[in-house]
Amino acid sequence: MIQHSMPLALLGLCCALSALGCQQDASTSAAPASSPAAQAEAPVEDELVVFAAASLRDAFTAVGEDFERAHPGSTITFNFAGTQELRTQVEQGAPADVFASADQRHMEALVTAGRVATPVRFARNELVLVVAREAADRIRAFADLPTCARIVIGAPEVPIGRYTLQVLDRAGPHLGAAFRERVLAHVVSRELNVRQVLTKVRLGEAEAGVVYRTDAISAATTDERNAPSMAVVSIPADINVTAEYPIAVVVGAAHPGLAQQWVQAVLSAEGQAALARYGFLPADSPP
Amino acid sequence: MKPTSSTLQRSLLALMGAVLVVFLALPLVALFVMGSVGDFQQGLQHPLVWPALRLSLLTTSITLGLTVLLGTPLAWTLSRSEGRWAHALETLLQLPIVIPPAVAGIAMLLAFGRRGLLQPILEPLGWSVAFTTAAVVMAELFVSAPFFIQAAVSAFRRVDPKLIIVARTFGASPLRVFWRVGVPLAAPGLVAGAALSWARALGEFGATLMFAGNLEGRTQTLPLAIYTALEADLRAAQALSIVLVVVALTLLLALKLLLRPGATSDRRSRVHADAEGRA
Repeated sequence: MIQHSMPLALLGLCCALSALGCQQDASTSAAPASSPAAQAEAPVEDELVVFAAASLRDAFTAVGEDFERAHPGSTITFNFAGTQELRTQVEQGAPADVFASADQRHMEALVTAGRVATPVRFARNELVLVVAREAADRIRAFADLPTCARIVIGAPEVPIGRYTLQVLDRAGPHLGAAFRERVLAHVVSRELNVRQVLTKVRLGEAEAGVVYRTDAISAATTDERNAPSMAVVSIPADINVTAEYPIAVVVGAAHPGLAQQWVQAVLSAEGQAALARYGFLPADSPP
Repeated sequence: MKPTSSTLQRSLLALMGAVLVVFLALPLVALFVMGSVGDFQQGLQHPLVWPALRLSLLTTSITLGLTVLLGTPLAWTLSRSEGRWAHALETLLQLPIVIPPAVAGIAMLLAFGRRGLLQPILEPLGWSVAFTTAAVVMAELFVSAPFFIQAAVSAFRRVDPKLIIVARTFGASPLRVFWRVGVPLAAPGLVAGAALSWARALGEFGATLMFAGNLEGRTQTLPLAIYTALEADLRAAQALSIVLVVVALTLLLALKLLLRPGATSDRRSRVHADAEGRA
């Protein structure tokens, strides 16, 4: 419920704000002296609306602070939500300038529909195993996963669930042909988003779950103030898969120039450093 | 002048009502008309549909049974109790109605979870409820029972106290008064409350997802299946939604039939005859 209504509320907010933005644009362009270049430098408040996958929240917020400092007079409004929800909103004509997806397929669908310009890959996110503290002594490697009594993974309909199944498939040649089935036999829930997987493990309801590296890092940061709730176990590189993150300017964006500058900021050395700080891998490193 | 003015006023009231009618009906109409019959049939073939429908009917039936079995005596006791503590308890029991379902889910995890309040009792027994069908029933019971309790308390309060005094005077035991006077006279209110509570259980989503998880055939009820299907295929989600609406509509119609004025007055006069016969 909360997951669903938050983006909708934000969407409503975005609609209202962008309507205001349009009025401002109209009034400045009516003024005789205004050219596109003058407009970008004018002290008019430009509002860039960035739709981004929920996992980008911390990294993009950091990039956004730098961006606003570097572009006086512009503010950034983020709409962080599940990639699927954002895709639906962009399809329905939500007033976004930029769309950053946690999944290639949803981006490709929007390209085909003519809703976004050519996307650029800007980051990757690898999968890790998180283990509840009660089981941390027992589960020290990915190969120990089948000994877990209660495993939680993502539903196959959502990206994290699809990637998890790919990892289990790829584990076969390395960890035994029955590895996938032995793991799936202990799956007690297929959650609808990665945060739900994380929550079940952190509460100890599940012994282990598969999440993105960035989620494990953000949970570990919260844990620093409290007792550690879980341990993080890496998945061997030869069986791991990574989620590709593409970003694109939305067709018909209210601020196409500023949107393009945002994409450049994300791809810049500073932007990439911020993403790395929160656990993302660079887009161009070998898989 | 006068008739015109009152017609105008009546029209104004009707118009204000019509706004709300359109607003409430439009999404339901859209659910049915936005999409072809073929889409719907294809949606019904979705592998999530039938296990979810079966699980929803099973869990809500158990929930309803527990609600009525335990909630009716509770409501009777509350309706006959006066004083601060009774009122405080009544308010406390209404709380699950107003708290968001996700909060209910967190609260249940903190109470019954592996690191929860009851953990010292549950762990030695090796009894863990999360991710089981029992957890679904518990989540549904938590969010839906208060609706029944509230309706049942007010239904019992409307029972004429004189009838109860008369019955007690003529030597009927408290249990007999409850069963032969209270329950029959409050029956329409009890049934309406039970239906409301059942409908709430059928629609339960947030607490179930938090507390019971999402596994086909075990904890994935219809609302969870709708949300899961929505991640991949809007049409399947729409078909599942139509199934849910049809099931709920069937219940509402059955209820109207059960509670039509004739049926109620029959029962009422039977009780009066029974009381008079005893007198």
